[in-house]
Amino acid sequence: MSVEAPAATGNMGEPHPRFDARLKVTGGARYASDMPVDNPAYAYLVTSAIARGRIVSINLGEAQNVPGVLHIMTHENTSKDVKDSKLFSDGGFSGTSIIPLQSDKVWHDGQIVAVVVAETYEAAREAGYRVKIEYEAEQPSATFESNGVQVQAAADVKKTHEDPKVGDFDGAFASAEVKVDATYFTPTQHHNPIELFTTTCAWAGDKLTVYEPSQTMYGMKNGIASQLGIEPEQVRVVSNFVGGAFGSKGSLTPRTALTAIAARRVGRPVKLVATRQQGFTIATYRAETKQRVRLGASRDGKLTALSHEGWEVTSRPDNYMVAGTDATTRMYDVANVQSKVSIVHADRNTPGFMRSPPELPYMFGLESAIDELAYALDIDPIELRRKNDTMKEPIKGLPYTSRSVMQCFDEGAKSFGWSKREPKPGSMRDGDWLVGLGCAMSCYPTQMAPSSARVRLSQNGELRVETASHEIGNGAYTVIGQIAAERLGVPYEKVSVVLGDSDYPAAPVSGGSITTASVCNCVAEACDAIRAELGINDPKGDVLAALKSRGRGAIERYAEWTPKGVPDGALAKLYSGQAMPTGGTKDKERIMFAFGAEFIEVRVHQRTREIRVPRIVGAFAAGRIVNPRTARSQLMGGLIWGVSSALHEATEIDKRAARYVNKDLAEYLVPVNADIDQLEVFMIPEEDHEVNPLGIKGIGELGNVGTNAAVANAVYHATGKRIRDLPIRLETLLA
Amino acid sequence: MRPFTYERAASVDALRARGGDAARDGMKTSRAFVAGGTTLFDLMKLDVMQPDAVIDINPLANDLGRIEVGGNGLRLGALVRMSEAADDPRINRDFPVLAQSLTLAASPQLRNMASLGGNVLQRTRCHYFRDTSWANCNKRNPGSGCAALEGMNRIHAVLGASDNCIATYPGDFAQALIALDAVVEVQGRSGKRTLAFEKLHRVPADTPRIETVLEPGDLITAFLIPTIPAARRSAYLKIRDRESYEFALASAAVALDIANGQVRDARIALGGVATKPWRAREAEKALIGKKLDEDAARRAGEIAFQGAAPRAHNAFKVALGRETVARALMHAAQMEI
Ligand SMILES: Cc1cc2nc3c(=O)[nH]c(=O)nc-3n(C[C@H](O)[C@H](O)[C@H](O)COP(=O)(O)OP(=O)(O)OC[C@H]3O[C@@H](n4cnc5c(N)ncnc54)[C@H](O)[C@@H]3O)c2cc1C
Ligand code: SF4
Repeated sequence: MSVEAPAATGNMGEPHPRFDARLKVTGGARYASDMPVDNPAYAYLVTSAIARGRIVSINLGEAQNVPGVLHIMTHENTSKDVKDSKLFSDGGFSGTSIIPLQSDKVWHDGQIVAVVVAETYEAAREAGYRVKIEYEAEQPSATFESNGVQVQAAADVKKTHEDPKVGDFDGAFASAEVKVDATYFTPTQHHNPIELFTTTCAWAGDKLTVYEPSQTMYGMKNGIASQLGIEPEQVRVVSNFVGGAFGSKGSLTPRTALTAIAARRVGRPVKLVATRQQGFTIATYRAETKQRVRLGASRDGKLTALSHEGWEVTSRPDNYMVAGTDATTRMYDVANVQSKVSIVHADRNTPGFMRSPPELPYMFGLESAIDELAYALDIDPIELRRKNDTMKEPIKGLPYTSRSVMQCFDEGAKSFGWSKREPKPGSMRDGDWLVGLGCAMSCYPTQMAPSSARVRLSQNGELRVETASHEIGNGAYTVIGQIAAERLGVPYEKVSVVLGDSDYPAAPVSGGSITTASVCNCVAEACDAIRAELGINDPKGDVLAALKSRGRGAIERYAEWTPKGVPDGALAKLYSGQAMPTGGTKDKERIMFAFGAEFIEVRVHQRTREIRVPRIVGAFAAGRIVNPRTARSQLMGGLIWGVSSALHEATEIDKRAARYVNKDLAEYLVPVNADIDQLEVFMIPEEDHEVNPLGIKGIGELGNVGTNAAVANAVYHATGKRIRDLPIRLETLLA
Repeated sequence: MRPFTYERAASVDALRARGGDAARDGMKTSRAFVAGGTTLFDLMKLDVMQPDAVIDINPLANDLGRIEVGGNGLRLGALVRMSEAADDPRINRDFPVLAQSLTLAASPQLRNMASLGGNVLQRTRCHYFRDTSWANCNKRNPGSGCAALEGMNRIHAVLGASDNCIATYPGDFAQALIALDAVVEVQGRSGKRTLAFEKLHRVPADTPRIETVLEPGDLITAFLIPTIPAARRSAYLKIRDRESYEFALASAAVALDIANGQVRDARIALGGVATKPWRAREAEKALIGKKLDEDAARRAGEIAFQGAAPRAHNAFKVALGRETVARALMHAAQMEI
């Protein structure tokens, strides 16, 4: 199937093809582990077979006898080598405070317990198999219902955490004419980027170069320096292309420091490519959630009460949480709101950011409950949302800078054919298949962070942009180049963008969908400075001619951009690796979100109950779309991942052992081509001059929010069965 | 992966002298044949199988790589690739269940590599078998127990299991072979022999480690599929968690001979639910002489799962399996041939 690039309408930019598309499909793009280093040794990780306990003894005899083995790191020779492990979410760099090899303690399944370094990968791996470890195992706690978990209120463990609340929920709910009170579950999920977790470390004297797929050049540079006890100036991080990250490469994992230490010890570069299976336990993941949602409404469909409570699993030592109630309490006009988030400590690795970390699970709860309420009221689910639409969030009464969610519903509904839907569950059929149509709202906070960039215009017309941002599949090379070209009136083909190297000006972590809004605004500022220097203030004026007429060879400007509301000193923080994002619900005067409406058709076989998704429609409004082609890809990928999170993806846990069991891509399911049929993405033009000068809202994480609820709502419509526990599998619909 | 020697087979006869012994008892054996390698190398990388020597049988493709169609039936060499058999127009027309069972298996890339001989000897997908860090797996480590009994057993078997092992036989093609009364041709140390394909695999009973009746050194050379009237009215139905590239939760290979509205011959084989390719003979018998209508199809489904022994997470396979059988039968009954 081939699809035309969407045309630019309204304030959208040109649908330029991706700068890196050809490189990627021809193998020309070099990923971190492709980078050549001189005479590398290879590392292989040995991981724990228990989830809780301690290492009693390690026998390396057999492993050391494998020809080619150079060195084996264990806690016996590496403890105290890693200095710092402050959590990313507490202002540090690490995705986990559990640093392996620092003691005999085992905190979770698949924890690194030894690192074998050898002349070849094969020798390292074979020796890895021959490392004999004896454990003293303790009974671990796996997840919510397990014995021994420790539950804490989020507000008790995190100073900055707020449980949004307004009015009198209890009173309003008690007296509500119509009520919904339901509990929802979302499963453990792993990012599984196609590019594995790799690290290559090379020392030259006391200078370290790290090649690692990363969403945060300066975070890594500073983080690894603090872990190794060296100066950030001694570290360079290179990551020109990232083969998928989705949050998993946004904070430091312990493997980087261990690889750097290994390289120092063997006196040559060390390359680590962790296995797919190890990726499940040496990095982060999306933890399972449990949520109770209560809605109260008047007979005519006005919401009067909303309560959203969430429980999230985390590791023993870390207070990681996503707290999606921050968003879900602000989506509808409702006077009485309460919410509470709790974390549940279990013997697991520390979870972390995964595409739309808070919204994906929590909007499943909210948007399922809204659908349940629509049925209880016998009102069309879209009309129910219209009735409770608002231009002001209810908690503090702050205005949305823009909110086009009903336009999205209306456009989407038209294309999807929502009006042909028979409201009664189980009433639509096609041959042997039950047909269901469902919808849900999508949202994502519009966030930005300080950034810096350098732009250089040469008299031969070439324009070069340098910034330590990242191409994580988001189209960063393309949209950054586009903005520069547009701003200076230079042809797009003449622009070169270089990213993914900590030698360039600092850019924030590519997380929270902030990259385009942050970096593009900064690049625009640098371009404007070039214009100003040349005295060409008319946006149509010929900058290149001015450059030439002044006899200049090139002109270069470095810019630092800070979004409104960021505290002073933010740029210094950026250079020391802190992102400092703002926007979303963080602003004191206004609230900023991008929105969408998602529509799903499902078919459920009347006998065997397998679920198919023949049609997906998503309509989104997200401020200025810089490039409708790359934007469409992001939103399409999001929708597909949303279907995945509803029907396919789940990491299975053996609860006796607190261990994951389906640790590869044959057993951890994501959709294949055959699972996705028709898919339509609409981008509704939206102008928002308040969010940032260019009016850009992030879209990277918008597409996969709400899709899971739309699928569950469609399944209910098809079958009359409300499934509140993801993923939805055929067994829940049988009999 | 552990070091191993690699050797290319020169001829079937030369092999007889050398032998491989992985086919029967594949974990810590000294020699293993490799065809497509999609099972063997996968399990070697996971350290589940640890042969000292790998004997590549691909050089024998001239002998073992042919599809032959004769008056009495079909002969499929063991080195025929899954995709070759799946795409063969004669097989699609005259033995649709064979072609469908292959087309619905794995992915195009795997089907291009994988051989039919290797396919029938693929190993279970039991999580605890495939991950050596689990101590308890009788199949991998006899006498160690079975982690799946009380563990994550959603994909496990409800038919043919024992308290020693409940691992599902994961393949698809074997169900089609068993439904059509295929015969397997084996070259052993003492010469060539044939046996009913149905006799090839064993239930786990007390020795889950031993999955087939093959002897050390036995090489599968071909599958012989007789032409029977039911073969043209045959179909493979596979129910799974995603539309493609996924193993069956339940599958049914069915073949019917219907004349004057009455069933003269019926074949039902079940996949995804049993420890070995499973023939549901009682269910077949119940159809003979009957009209194949909704009631008859449902009854066959019920009978096929009498005696099923579900566990905590796979109980749905009984209901699903029944529906799968009924749906496959109704579909085959209505096929144009
Ligand atoms: C991700 C994934 C998904 C899959 N999905 C499916 C699916 O949906 N359905 C399905 O049916 N299969 C599926 N498979 C399994 C696949 O079909 C088998 O791996 C493949 O058919 C094995 O054939 P091969 O030639 O590669 O075997 P090999 O790996 O070469 O050999 C397998 C075993 O058979 C032995 N052997 C091979 N040939 C002979 C012979 N002639 N005589 C004696 N012993 C022999 C080998 O020693 C080895 O023990 C999947 C596999 C993967 C990796
Ligand atoms: S079911 Fe069989 S293969 Fe799986 S753990 Fe038990 S003994 Fe091993």
